Amino acid sequence: MNGAQTILESLKRENVDLVFGYPGGAVLDLYDAVYQAKFPHILTRHEQGAVHAADGYARATGKVGVVFATSGPGATNLITGIATAYMDSVPLVCFTGQVTNPLIGKDSFQEADIVGITTPITKHNYLVKKASELPRVIKEAFFIARTGRPGPVVIDIAKDVFTTMIEYDYPQKVKLRGYKGDFTGDEHQIDDVMEALGEAKRPVFFIGGGVTLSDQTDVLRDIVKYTGIPVVSSLMGLGCIPAKEEGFLGMVGMHGSYAANMAVQKSDLLIGIGVRFDDRVTGKVDAFAPNAKVVHFEVDKAEINKNVFSHYPVIGDLCWSLPIFSERLHKTGVDYFARFAKWHKQTLDMDRECPFSYKTNEQFIMPQQLIDTVSQLVDENTIVVTDVGQHQMWAAQFFDSRNPRQFITSGGLGTMGYGLPAAIGAKLGCPDKKVVLFTGDGSVMMNCQEMSTAADNEIDVKVVLLHNRVLGMVTQWQRMFYGKRYSQTLLGGKTDYVKLAQAMGMEACRIEKPQELRESLEKALNVEGPMLIDVMLPANEDVLPMVAPGAQLDNMVLGGSEE
Amino acid sequence: MKKYILAVLVDNKPGVLTHVSGLISRRAFNIESISAGYTEDEDVTRINIEVSVEDDRELEQVVNQLGKLIDVIKIVNLGLVDSIIRELVLLKVRASKGSLADIRNIVDIFRGKIVDVSPENVVIELTGSQSKINAICEMLAEFEIIEIARTGAIALSRGPIPIKKM
Repeated sequence: MNGAQTILESLKRENVDLVFGYPGGAVLDLYDAVYQAKFPHILTRHEQGAVHAADGYARATGKVGVVFATSGPGATNLITGIATAYMDSVPLVCFTGQVTNPLIGKDSFQEADIVGITTPITKHNYLVKKASELPRVIKEAFFIARTGRPGPVVIDIAKDVFTTMIEYDYPQKVKLRGYKGDFTGDEHQIDDVMEALGEAKRPVFFIGGGVTLSDQTDVLRDIVKYTGIPVVSSLMGLGCIPAKEEGFLGMVGMHGSYAANMAVQKSDLLIGIGVRFDDRVTGKVDAFAPNAKVVHFEVDKAEINKNVFSHYPVIGDLCWSLPIFSERLHKTGVDYFARFAKWHKQTLDMDRECPFSYKTNEQFIMPQQLIDTVSQLVDENTIVVTDVGQHQMWAAQFFDSRNPRQFITSGGLGTMGYGLPAAIGAKLGCPDKKVVLFTGDGSVMMNCQEMSTAADNEIDVKVVLLHNRVLGMVTQWQRMFYGKRYSQTLLGGKTDYVKLAQAMGMEACRIEKPQELRESLEKALNVEGPMLIDVMLPANEDVLPMVAPGAQLDNMVLGGSEE
Repeated sequence: MKKYILAVLVDNKPGVLTHVSGLISRRAFNIESISAGYTEDEDVTRINIEVSVEDDRELEQVVNQLGKLIDVIKIVNLGLVDSIIRELVLLKVRASKGSLADIRNIVDIFRGKIVDVSPENVVIELTGSQSKINAICEMLAEFEIIEIARTGAIALSRGPIPIKKM
């Protein structure tokens, strides 16, 4: 078979059932094979849409997302999406066409050095110049993308490779000298954690995206129930513990809850699980958890001590470490629940004293109220996808995430324009679940062409547009730190998003009055097929609480009912 | 700042140097020198990286981040074990009949070699530690150094054990 057929056959062996992509000159032969094999493929309207869709698909399903794009501009249009996936450790394999072998390096038409460009934003990448290398490279790429700390892998393929005939033989095993994909660690490190826990009086679990990536939610939930140790979460960890679970204090960090931030600052043992201590979590890093010894359960050795020094690192896949940790906890016979009861109650009191809150009024729909209402209207299996900005933080604060892989957001890179294509990917990965996108009038425009993808393929995503005619998060910073000088952040407000969606072939409606919010939302969310819900909001609402950049976590500007 | 020399064994595959140099630039590590060459195993390339770090934590980051690269098989910090560290330098120095004897004297003291000579210049080859190379450069400065090519440091540990078995 030829190189193109080799790729599709190898994808089948890797259980890939859907590809996202966009054709072009260098991948004509690959697309000819797609046509002939009737390989399931979604044509997005921009390569960036394809890679975000594959990312949303991967986050929602836990499978590897697969992307096809052509050489040069096709491949460079993937960059933002690859970087997004890399920052949040999402497994992707991106196939890009490259100009033919003799033309490489000659500044040929639609040539770009994709291996060079993607090196800092991929877990690994390849340039394939010989068809005989394809089976091995594809096998390795999927193995690398999904094992350990997952991440995107790029395979750049010279155009003539697609038409070269080879004897197909897909390897059974991967042979890489420098990467084993086995991430079991040293159990003694867990013994040390047990010892530290024995002395702790105010422990806190700080959970992150790693728990979802390693599918260890059940083990974690059991540990939390068994010990009664309060839990805070990074943005990426939302859903691992149900939002309403007692002892779950919510998101920590810049826009984290009062209780979560205070618990971290007061704790004497901070147990990080699958987290990377991002600056949006730690605030001023020298003053982060000042009284705590830090435990760090982490698969990626390079994360240990990168941002925050850890006294008790546990290096290894959470699939390995968490079950052992759980077993040790149960074995001790210690009644942790009783031991930490006072501390547990103290954190709950803080939560009750100062929860996420907002004030409603007769005149305007408040953004928090909108998210809160959607949260009440949808079932527990609903997948929420967000774009980036104020609405993202409100979604994190006010949507009750109840399960992992159901709060999908660009955390690390903070990519505006991520939401719509990611929602499309999530829906295709989980056709039985309702998918709701929260987006803003800034974010949605960055990939609004994908409304056309949703409409033409009848992909049932509900786009809830938080429409405030400003680039909200930036205006918030300008309001707080730049003397209300709203430099280039006020949108004209002339764009009619309902008409835009309708022009793309989607259903759409607008909600303007708080009195009609609940009923109209309920109706719109239950329409069959893709739907845009344009919700008009006031422009000057802030996301609170807020820890100013560079401030310490317990130095919060509070808001809501406190004002 | 403290300097260490890292011996990095990598797969001898295209793209490896891109990956290593890309990582160094992305993580903003301070590299004094980097050199690469074949080894006793034809599938393995050895990259010698001399890094400057503020503290042990930064050193740990350099090693761990490099270790994450798929093509990297092994990293040993030869600055932490007993090892021999050398650098090769080629120096093109202005020379005339009058100065040649003086230059030769200096080269002999440093146990270097004159490997090329013309009526106007000599080319000197010297291996040694960096401080020795810096010292000869200083001594030859008065004759005018026209051009310098240095390899950067390479290192081997003492004793029979290769780094792949460390």
